[in-house]
Amino acid sequence: MTYTNEAVIILILAMAAATYLPRLLPLLLLSRRRLPLSVERWLSYVPVAVLAALLGPILLLPEGSFTLELSPNPYFWAALPTFAAAVYTRNMFITVIAGVVCMALLRLILS
Amino acid sequence: MEDLYYLKALKAMLKDEGMTFFSSLNWKNLAGGLKISLPVCLGYFPIGFAYGVMATGVDLSPGQTALMSILVFAGSSQFIAVSMIGEQLPVLTIALTTFLVNLRHLLMSAAISPFLGHLNRLQQALFAHQLTDETFALHSLHFSKEKDPPVLRIITTNMAAHLSWVAGSLAGAWTGSLLTDLEALGLDFTLGAMFIFLLVIQLTTLRYICVAFLSVAASVLLFKFLGGHWYIVISTLFAATAGLFLDKITDTPKLKFKGKG
Repeated sequence: MTYTNEAVIILILAMAAATYLPRLLPLLLLSRRRLPLSVERWLSYVPVAVLAALLGPILLLPEGSFTLELSPNPYFWAALPTFAAAVYTRNMFITVIAGVVCMALLRLILS
Repeated sequence: MEDLYYLKALKAMLKDEGMTFFSSLNWKNLAGGLKISLPVCLGYFPIGFAYGVMATGVDLSPGQTALMSILVFAGSSQFIAVSMIGEQLPVLTIALTTFLVNLRHLLMSAAISPFLGHLNRLQQALFAHQLTDETFALHSLHFSKEKDPPVLRIITTNMAAHLSWVAGSLAGAWTGSLLTDLEALGLDFTLGAMFIFLLVIQLTTLRYICVAFLSVAASVLLFKFLGGHWYIVISTLFAATAGLFLDKITDTPKLKFKGKG
């Protein structure tokens, strides 16, 4: 290893600062302020938009390219019953278990 | 809530700011926080484990591996950092990449800020340290339904998630490559399944569904053609703005009061 212990510690501290500031500053600056209604409504769309943006590539672009075939993309097919479980049970725990079990079964079929 | 005698005295001593924390001190909030965080913990432990194994693979010590999980607490950045350490890249490059990958948290921090005005500055500072994609998604689901969410429950949720991340990292660092077949067990899908649930549960109106579809489309196109880590930020900006635009063109006064949440 070419990094010394000090270099690793410095790296971790630099990463910590780089991660912490974007998490902290908006919260500190905005939380005690009454925001304009349109800004609040814009922000109310952020959770849904973030989740959808995180999920899109996970479910549709395994290994970076679009495919719905089972063998490179079991995620899409496991996602369908997971969606159904979320819609019908409204229970996070059951949904997560359903997703994980479906994924394990698909992997079993594929192996 | 019946408070213990000394808590009453403490509350009297501490003005306004500290009160929210002390008045949230009860078993219900502790148990609630643990229950809310459980799916995240189940996802974080195995993924933290995988990170720990990878970190050991590029010769980080268990102490360094855990320190990064404690101080940075950002899954994707830690994986990227470990692979960049493997390629012997300069410290500054890795730190800058971390910064870019985590810019999306600016948006999450801003989006969650209206619900956290009742926390004092110290509590906000702690909350910010533990704001990840997953804890953000959990909190945003609950916060939209309540005023002044109990401080103890929020902190417990975050702490449990963070602890399981650190514990997973350490377990991975110690056991090395013994138990790495997470995929066969389907555990690599834990957080994906959780995202699906949190998304579904928040699709309460047609507008939210439109925003979700636009964001999926944008993220897929950006991920494919732009690459890198900007796709989350840009898709979010685009889809949330489109949502606001939908508001503007379809709004009636009645809907205005239903809008938030």
